[in-house]
Amino acid sequence: MVNGEALNMTHTDRIVAQDAPAAAGSKISAQDVNVWYGTAHAIKDVSVEIADKTVTAFIGPSGCGKSTFLRCLNRMNDTIDSAAVSGDIRIDGEDIYARDIDPVQLRAKVGMVFQKPNPFPKSIYDNVAYGPKIHGLARSKADLDEIVERSLRRAAIWDEVKDRLSAPGTGLSGGQQQRLCIARAVATAPEILLMDEPCSALDPIATSQVEELIDELRENYSVVIVTHSMQQAARVSQRTAFFHLGNLVEYADTPQIFTNPQDKRTESYITGRIG
Amino acid sequence: MESNERHIASAFDRDLEGIQSLIMQMGGLVEAAILDSAKSLVDSDEELAAKVRAADKQIDALEERVNEEAARVIALRAPIASDLRTVLSVIKISGNLERCGDYAKNLAKRTSVLVQLQLPEGSSKSIRRMAREVEAMLKDALDAYLQRDAALAETVRQRDHDVDQMYNALFREFLTHMMEDPRNITACMHLHFIAKNIERMGDHVTSIAEQVVYLVTGEIPEEGRLKGDRTSYAAPD
Ligand SMILES: Nc1ncnc2c1ncn2[C@@H]1O[C@H](COP(=O)(O)OP(=O)(O)OP(=O)(O)O)[C@@H](O)[C@H]1O
Ligand SMILES: [Mg+2]
Repeated sequence: MVNGEALNMTHTDRIVAQDAPAAAGSKISAQDVNVWYGTAHAIKDVSVEIADKTVTAFIGPSGCGKSTFLRCLNRMNDTIDSAAVSGDIRIDGEDIYARDIDPVQLRAKVGMVFQKPNPFPKSIYDNVAYGPKIHGLARSKADLDEIVERSLRRAAIWDEVKDRLSAPGTGLSGGQQQRLCIARAVATAPEILLMDEPCSALDPIATSQVEELIDELRENYSVVIVTHSMQQAARVSQRTAFFHLGNLVEYADTPQIFTNPQDKRTESYITGRIG
Repeated sequence: MESNERHIASAFDRDLEGIQSLIMQMGGLVEAAILDSAKSLVDSDEELAAKVRAADKQIDALEERVNEEAARVIALRAPIASDLRTVLSVIKISGNLERCGDYAKNLAKRTSVLVQLQLPEGSSKSIRRMAREVEAMLKDALDAYLQRDAALAETVRQRDHDVDQMYNALFREFLTHMMEDPRNITACMHLHFIAKNIERMGDHVTSIAEQVVYLVTGEIPEEGRLKGDRTSYAAPD
C-alpha cells in the first residue's frame, strides 16, 4: 500500500490539473486515488476536492466504484482484506492514511451510513447511544437521552420507535433500519457524513425528511451522498460527481450536470439512455 | 452536449417525438399562413384571407396540445439535461409559432379592408417579398430544429437583419406616400402595421433559431445580431 505518500505538487498545480474548482473551503482533498480488489482495478486515478458545508452527490452506474471511493474517505476499505488503496487523501489538510491516524477516531469525525442497513444487534436506544458514549459526548444519562431523541427525530424515525426504544434494532423494517443507521451516524456529530444510498428503502415521506435533514446538516458539515436517484442528487446536492468504470468522468455544480453536462457518458447516464 | 441515443424507456422517446411532430405540424400551418396571407393581399383575394383566418384556430389548438403534452412529460418523466432542453424548447417554439400565426391572421384581416382601397404602386409586392423572406427563414429554422443544426440556426439569426432593413425601407416609403397625399393615409397605416407585424414574425423566427442553438449547445446565443429596426429614431425629414 502506498498510503499517504505526499505528492510533489503545489496546491495550485492540482487545481489546474483537474479543473474542478478546489475552493478555499475544501474539506476533503483526494489526489490520484486508486483502489484494487486483488487484481481488479476498481478506482482509477481519481482526484477530487470536496467542499465544506456542501452536499456532494456521487452518481454513476452500478459497480462503477461509488461505494468503493466513499469507503476510502473514512478508511473503511482497511477492513476489506483484498482492497489496496493508493493515493493521497486529506481532510482539513491532514493525511488520513498517515501512520499516526487512528481509524476509529477518524470514523467518529467521518460518519457513514451504509448502503445496506447494519444496525448493531442491540436495542434501538443503544444503537444510537453507542457512538456518543464511547466518544464521551454525553456527560449524563439525561444528556445521552437527549442526544438519542434528537438523533432519532432528525432521522425521522422518533415517532415510530419512541415507545419501543429497548426493542432490538434488527427487529425494525428495512426502511426503519436505514433511518436508525442515519440516527446513529448523526449522533456523534461528525464533521463529514458519508451516505451510501441512504434512501434506497424509504417511502417518499421519509425520503423527504432525510433530504431535509441532509440540507440541515449542510449548514455545519460536509455531506457526501451516493444515490441512484437523479432527482435526489439534483434536489439535495450542490456539487455532483459522475463515476463510470472506476473513473471520475465529470465533476461540476449540480445544476450544470443536470441541465448541460459536458461529457456524453454523463448525458447518456442521467437521461436514461443506453450508454 | 446532446445525445441522439435512444432512451432505455422507449415510451419516453415516443413522447418526445410526439411533441416534436406537433411542432412540425404547427410550423407547416404557420408557413402556409404567412404565404397565403401575403398572397391574399397581393391578389385582393378575400376568400384566401378568410381561409387564413380560419386556419389560425388550428394553430392555437396545436399550441395548447404542445403545452399539455409538455406538462405531462415533465410530470411523468422529470426530464433532465438535453431532454429538459427539448421540452423547454418545444414550449417556447410553439409560443413563437402561435404568435406568428396571429400576425398572419391579422394581415389577412387587413386584406379585407385593403381590397376596398387604392394601394400605392408596388407596396403589396414589397410586403409579399418581406413575408416570403420570413417564411424562408422559418422553414430553415424548423429544418435546423429537426436536424439539430446549430450552424443553420445561426444563419437564420443573421438573416433577421435583412428583414429589419426591408421593414425600415417600407416604413420610409409609406411615410413618403402619406406626406405626398393624405388620401393614402388609411391604406398606408394598414400597410405599415402589416410590415411591422411581419418584422415581428422575423423576431419570433429568430427566437426559434435561438432555441435550436440552446438545444444543441445548452447555451442561449449571445446578442451577436445587429439590431436592424431603426425606425424608433426616425422622423419625417
Ligand atoms: N469487497 C469487494 N471485493 C471484491 N470486489 C469488490 C468488492 N467491493 C466491490 N467490488 C467490486 O468493485 C467494483 C466497484 O464496486 P462498488 O461497490 O464500489 O460499486 P458501486 O458504484 O457502489 O455500485 P452500486 O451502485 O451497485 O452500489 C465492482 O466491480 C465490484 O464488483
Ligand atoms: Mg454502492
